[in-house]
Amino acid sequence: MSLLPYLIAAWLFLVGLYGIVTSRNLVHAVVCLSVVQSSTYILLLAIGYERGGTAPIFLDVPVGTRAVDPVVSALTLTDIVVGATVSALLLALAVQTYKRHGTLDTEEFRSVRD
Amino acid sequence: MLLVAAGGTAVVLTREPLNQAIVASFYGLLLGVMFLVFQSPDVALSQITVGAVALPLMILLALAKVRALGGRKEDRE
Amino acid sequence: MSPSLRRRVFLVAAAVAGALLVWGLSGLPDYGIYRGPYGDVLNAVAVGERHATNVVAAVTFDYRGVDTMGEEYILFAAVIGVAILLRAQRDEREEAPDEDAADRRAPGTSNAVRVLGLALLGPVVLFGIYVVAHGHLSPGGGFQGGVVLATGALLVYLSGEYVTLRRVRPEALLDLAESSGAAGYVAVGLLGLAAGVTFLENVLPLGQAGTLLSSGMIPLINLAVGLEVAAGFVLLLSEFLEQTLVVRRPGEQT
Repeated sequence: MSLLPYLIAAWLFLVGLYGIVTSRNLVHAVVCLSVVQSSTYILLLAIGYERGGTAPIFLDVPVGTRAVDPVVSALTLTDIVVGATVSALLLALAVQTYKRHGTLDTEEFRSVRD
Repeated sequence: MLLVAAGGTAVVLTREPLNQAIVASFYGLLLGVMFLVFQSPDVALSQITVGAVALPLMILLALAKVRALGGRKEDRE
Repeated sequence: MSPSLRRRVFLVAAAVAGALLVWGLSGLPDYGIYRGPYGDVLNAVAVGERHATNVVAAVTFDYRGVDTMGEEYILFAAVIGVAILLRAQRDEREEAPDEDAADRRAPGTSNAVRVLGLALLGPVVLFGIYVVAHGHLSPGGGFQGGVVLATGALLVYLSGEYVTLRRVRPEALLDLAESSGAAGYVAVGLLGLAAGVTFLENVLPLGQAGTLLSSGMIPLINLAVGLEVAAGFVLLLSEFLEQTLVVRRPGEQT
């Protein structure tokens, strides 16, 4: 039980990679990439978690109550927004590729020189 | 937490991008709830707004553009 | 390499990688028992040192402000990248969106959607501003509030027509907003240099913890980031929307 979140993160990472490797459609690959990114969020947050701790916001609880780690929360929340923006960039690339080659099927992009 | 693993697997296994966008939106919501369980409300807020709203929206828009272009070759799945 | 061969090679590699991962992860301390010193130290001193009750925001914008600056610029660069990638190509031209055509094929938005969208717009924008302004007090901050604000702009599109959105989001204003958000971050950091201490050091008066004007320059950075993220996401959305609705190439059907 104590290893479960880490195993879940590892599983999501590998599943996402599997999706990218065996993908037939560029948009599908981009979404699988976001799954891989989400596995890192889970790993980070699981490391910072303290059983019985509350959120690290001291607006209405006195300072000194046990709270979970704020550093990993800070890392993860900027990571999420930036990850979505990078996915948008990749989607724009996919759209342009479709315009140039007429297909999103990854099997078609065999050779680079065309 | 096992639900999250199942959700992630479902996102990958949904091949058709249009269906995948909806599944990804649910997965984002599920992740957001899990982040709340992890006592990180900031991260949960980020995840819900971005992963459940903005990301599926961009996927759908990209797909709409692709469909509008028709295509010189049909894209096979 | 054929697909099935690729799949098999990947499964072998994944098994090896998975074994390595599990072996490495089992060396971590048990889940639920937090042993790192930084979290406890930060939780104990952040409120006293920075007068900010949201310790996560204090970490993001103050203790590790440089990292957040870098991430904000990643966002900026990605939005620029999308704008460049989706610019009109040589054989495309901008057309008026289909909604203006005399024989519109798509049905107009129903009145229920329109009313609901407009009714929700005010609360969503207000909520976004609230999240940005209270970033140092309660969960939230520039990044989350900015995305909520961008969702407000999306509501305008959903509940109205594309031309309404175009009028509401004049592109020059958005570019200005996004750049000033990004530059504002550096400007606040330079305040630290002007006061004779290190870049991005918190030099403004700290105020009393729990009030809106507390924790020095964290609210200012929150504002800058919120502005930049909101403008950036609206730009992203409108780039994609323009591609779908406006830019046409010969032989394309809608």
